[in-house]
Amino acid sequence: MTPERLRSARLVALFLLGWLGFNTPPLRLVSRDAWVAGLPLAWVYLFSVWTLLIALLAVTVRPPRGE
Amino acid sequence: MLSAAVLVAVALAYIGLLFLIAWRGDRRAARRGSPLASPWVYSLSLAVYCTAWTFYGSVGRAADDGYGFLPIYLGPTLGAVLGWVVYRKILRIAKAERLISIADFIASRYGKSTGLGALVAVMAVVGTVPYIALQLKAVASSFELLWRATHPAALPFDQLSLLCAGLLAVFAILFGTRSVDLTEQHSGLVLAIAFESLVKLVAFLAVGVFVVWDLHGGLGELFARAAADPKLRVLLARGGASDGDWAWMTFLSLLAFWFLPRQFQVGVVENVDERHLRTSAWVLPLYLLVINLFVLPIALAGRLAPATRGVPGDSYVLALPLATGRPWLAVFVFLGGLSAATGMVVVESLALSNMVANDLALPWLLRRAGPAGGDFRRPLLVSRRLAIVGILLFGHLFAVFASSGISLVTIGLISFAAAAQVAPALLGGLFWTGATRRGALAGLLGGFLVWGYTLTLPTLVAAHLLTPSFLDRGPFGIALLRPNALFGLTGLDPLSHSLLWSLLVNVLAFVGISSLGGQTAVEERQARRFVGIFRRRESEAPVWSAETPVAAVRDLLARFLGEERTESALAGWAEERGGDLGRAVYAEPELLAYAERLLAGTTGAASARVALASVAEEQPLDVGEVVELLDETARNLAASRNLAEKTRALEAASAELLRVNERLRELDKRKDEYLSTMAHELRTPLSAVRAFAEILHDNPDLPVERRAAFLRIIEKENERLSRLIHDLLDLAKLEADDPGALLEPFDLAAAVGDAVESLRQLSATRGIALEYRRDGELAVQGDRDRMIQVAVNLLSNAIKFCPREGGRVVVAAHRAGDEIELSVSDNGPGVPAADRDTIFERFRQLGRPAGGGAGTGLGLPICRRIVAQHDGRISVEDSPAGGARFLVILPAARSEGEEWNPGAVS
Repeated sequence: MTPERLRSARLVALFLLGWLGFNTPPLRLVSRDAWVAGLPLAWVYLFSVWTLLIALLAVTVRPPRGE
Repeated sequence: MLSAAVLVAVALAYIGLLFLIAWRGDRRAARRGSPLASPWVYSLSLAVYCTAWTFYGSVGRAADDGYGFLPIYLGPTLGAVLGWVVYRKILRIAKAERLISIADFIASRYGKSTGLGALVAVMAVVGTVPYIALQLKAVASSFELLWRATHPAALPFDQLSLLCAGLLAVFAILFGTRSVDLTEQHSGLVLAIAFESLVKLVAFLAVGVFVVWDLHGGLGELFARAAADPKLRVLLARGGASDGDWAWMTFLSLLAFWFLPRQFQVGVVENVDERHLRTSAWVLPLYLLVINLFVLPIALAGRLAPATRGVPGDSYVLALPLATGRPWLAVFVFLGGLSAATGMVVVESLALSNMVANDLALPWLLRRAGPAGGDFRRPLLVSRRLAIVGILLFGHLFAVFASSGISLVTIGLISFAAAAQVAPALLGGLFWTGATRRGALAGLLGGFLVWGYTLTLPTLVAAHLLTPSFLDRGPFGIALLRPNALFGLTGLDPLSHSLLWSLLVNVLAFVGISSLGGQTAVEERQARRFVGIFRRRESEAPVWSAETPVAAVRDLLARFLGEERTESALAGWAEERGGDLGRAVYAEPELLAYAERLLAGTTGAASARVALASVAEEQPLDVGEVVELLDETARNLAASRNLAEKTRALEAASAELLRVNERLRELDKRKDEYLSTMAHELRTPLSAVRAFAEILHDNPDLPVERRAAFLRIIEKENERLSRLIHDLLDLAKLEADDPGALLEPFDLAAAVGDAVESLRQLSATRGIALEYRRDGELAVQGDRDRMIQVAVNLLSNAIKFCPREGGRVVVAAHRAGDEIELSVSDNGPGVPAADRDTIFERFRQLGRPAGGGAGTGLGLPICRRIVAQHDGRISVEDSPAGGARFLVILPAARSEGEEWNPGAVS
C-alpha cells in the first residue's frame, strides 16, 4: 500500500471510530446520572472522545517527511 | 454605563475594522502575496460554519435539552476526518475545471447542464434565505437587548435589521464582486472572515470563563448546583434524549459542513493549496470543540440565575453579563455575535449571488443578447451585485415578517436539510461514473419537494401563515399526507422525519433514474474527468472543432474578461505553447478548450459552454474520444473475455501436453523395452549357437550322434535368428511399403484354406483339433501371400496357446454384409481385457505358450500392419470356447455374379 492509500485507510478507520464513539451504543451507556470528579459523565465522555479523535487526526494527516 | 452613542460607535467601529482588514488584505495580496497562503487563515475561515446560531442558539438549545446542540459540531468533526479523502477530490476537480459554486459543480459534472445549475441555484437560495434572515434577526435582537438594558424606549427592530443588511451588502459587494473572475480569491474578504472567527471564539470563551469562574466557583461547583435541580439533573444525564435523532443530526451536520454554499465558498473556491486540508483537518475540529466547551455551563448558569428567569435561552450569552453588571463584557459578546452573523451573511450572500448571476441570470442574458451581444462584464458584475442586494433584502423581509415564532435552531436546521439534498448528486457524481443528469435532476427535485413539504410547510404554520389543521389532520383532511407524519410514519422528530423521507426519495430517484442510462457524450466525458481526477493525464482530448476564427474567440473572451486580460491571457498561452497567435487565422481546438476554462472562471461551466458554443462548433464526439471511450469499455470487456478464452485454451493445451507427455514416456519406456527385448531375442539364439560351436571346437572327439544333435541345434537356433531378423525386416518393410502396389482380387476362403492345410500336420502332432468353416468364394482385394501370412500367424499362435490335451482351434471365414470376417478361435488361456490393445504392439508377448517354444513377438504387429494396409481391422475378444478369438474384418471386393451362401460349411 502506498503511504497515501494507507493514510486514506486510516482516516476512514478514524471516521468509523468517531462515528461509533459519538453514537449509540457508547452514547447510551454514558447517558445516565453518573458523575466523574464532579462533572457529568456524558459531558466528560463526549469531550474526551472528541479530544482523542482530534489528536489522532492531527497525527494521521501530518505531511510526509521532506514536504 | 453604556450610552446610546457609545454603543452605536462601537458597532460601527467594529464594522469599520472589518472593512479595514479586508482592504489591507486585498492590498497585501496585490503586493506581497495573498494572506490565503497561510493554512491557518484557511482553517479559521472554515469556522464561518459557526454562525449566530452557534453563538446564541447553542446555549438556547442546551438550556432546553442538554446535549442536543453537540451533534451539529460532531458532524463537521467527522467531516473533517474524511476531508482528506472526500473533500480533497472535490477541491482537485473544482480547481481543474475552474468551478465556482455548488451549482456550477453539479452542472459541470452532469454535462454542463444549464437546467441543473439553475435548479441547484434556486434550491440554494430558497434553502438559505431563511438562514440569512436568522442572522439578521440575531444581530438586531442582540443589539436591541443591549440597548434596552440602558434605554427605556424600544428600538424599531425592522430598521435595525435593514441597517445591518445594508451594511453587509456594501461589504460583500466591495470585497466580493470587485473582479469579474470568480476563480480569483477574495483575499481581503476571507482574511476578514478568519479574523471574525477569532473574535467570536475569544468572545464566547470570555463569557464562558466569566460565567464559570466569576459567577460560580468553577466547573465543579456549577455542575454541583445544577445537579441539585432535578430538572437539570435529568438534562445532564441525557434523560429522554433520542439516540436516533442524535445520529441523524450528526449525519446532517456532516453533509451541511461539506455542502452549504458558504462552506463550499471558503472551503473550495477560496482555497489556494489543497495541502491546507492537512492543517484544517484538525484545527477546525479543535476550534469547534473549544467553542462548545462552555455552551452547557452557560446554559446551566442561565437557568440557575434568578436574573435570567423568563429570558429565552437564546439570549443567555448576552443576558448573563448584562444582568450581573458587566456591560463591557456584554458589548464584547455582542461583537462576537456580530462577527458570527456577519461572517456568515457575507460569505453566504456572495456564494448565492455567484449562483444566481451565473446559473440563473447569465443563461438568460446570453439567450437575450445572442452571440453578438456586447461586453458581458458589466451585466455580470451588476447581476452579482443585484443578487447580493436582493438576497439580503429577502433575508431582511423574512426576518421581519415570517420568522416570528420559529426558533433559531429550527431555521438553521431547515437550511441544513436543504443543503443536504445536493449530497447524493454531488457525492454520487464524485465516485460513480454511471450517475446521469436525469438521475441528478430527479433526485434533487424529489428531495427538494419532500424537504419543502415536510419541513418548510410546518414552519409556515408556526409563523401563522397556514392553519394548524394542515399539520394535525393533513391537507384536505388526508391523514396520510400529514407533513410531520408522512404516510403515517410517526415517532421521529420533524427533522429526522423530513431527512429520512427526503433523502430516501432523493437517493432512490437519483440511483434509479441514473441506472436507466442515457448519458450524453458530454456527460460521459465529464463523468470520467470527475471520477478519475486523481488519475487524470495532463492533456485532454479537445472538444471543440477547429473551424473557429481566432478573432471570434478573442472577441468573445474580451466581452467577459475585458480587452486587457484577454490579451495577456492569450499572449501567455501562445508563449507557453511556443506559437504565434498573430498569424493564426483559425483557433486550434486546444485554444478553444483553454478559452472555455477561462470563461468558466467568470461565468461558470454551464454558461461558458453556451457562450463558446455561440462562436465555435462543438464536436459531438471526436475520433480520439470515441476511440478512448470504446477502448475503455471494450478493453475491459475484451480483456476479461480474452482471459477466459486463454485460460480455457491453456487448460486444454496443458491437458493435451500432459496426455502427450504421458504417451511419450510410455513410448520411450516401450522403446527401451523393445530394444532390450530385441537384444535379448537376438542374443539368446546367438549364445546358443556360440556355446554349441565352442563345444564342437573344444571336443573334436565327440561321438558323431551327439555332434549331429549339436549341429541340429545350431542350425535350429540359426534358423530362429534368421526368422527374427526376417520378421524385423518384414515389419520395417511393411511400414515403409506402399500398400496399393499389390492389389488384385483373390479368394480369401481359398487362401485361408491353404494356410489351414499347411498347419494341419502341426496341429495333429500336438493333438489339437483344427476346424475350418467357410462360405463359398470370398473375394477380397489385396495381396494373397500377405493374407496367408496373417492366417498362418494367427493360426500358429492359436495352436501354440492351446492346451496339449483337448485343444481345439476353429477358423471361420464368411461374409457379413459388405465385409468379410475371418476369425480364429482357440480354447487356450485367452487374452485379458486390459491387454487387448497392447497385444498388437511389438514384443508384447503374453506369457509362454503352452506348447513351448518362443515366437518373435512380432507376429501380431505384422498382422495388424497387413490388415491395416487392406483397409481392414483386427481385434481380439473372448471366444465362446473360453480362449481367445482373433477377428479380422476386411472389405469385400465387389464382383458380378457373386453368390453368398451363409449356410455352406466345409
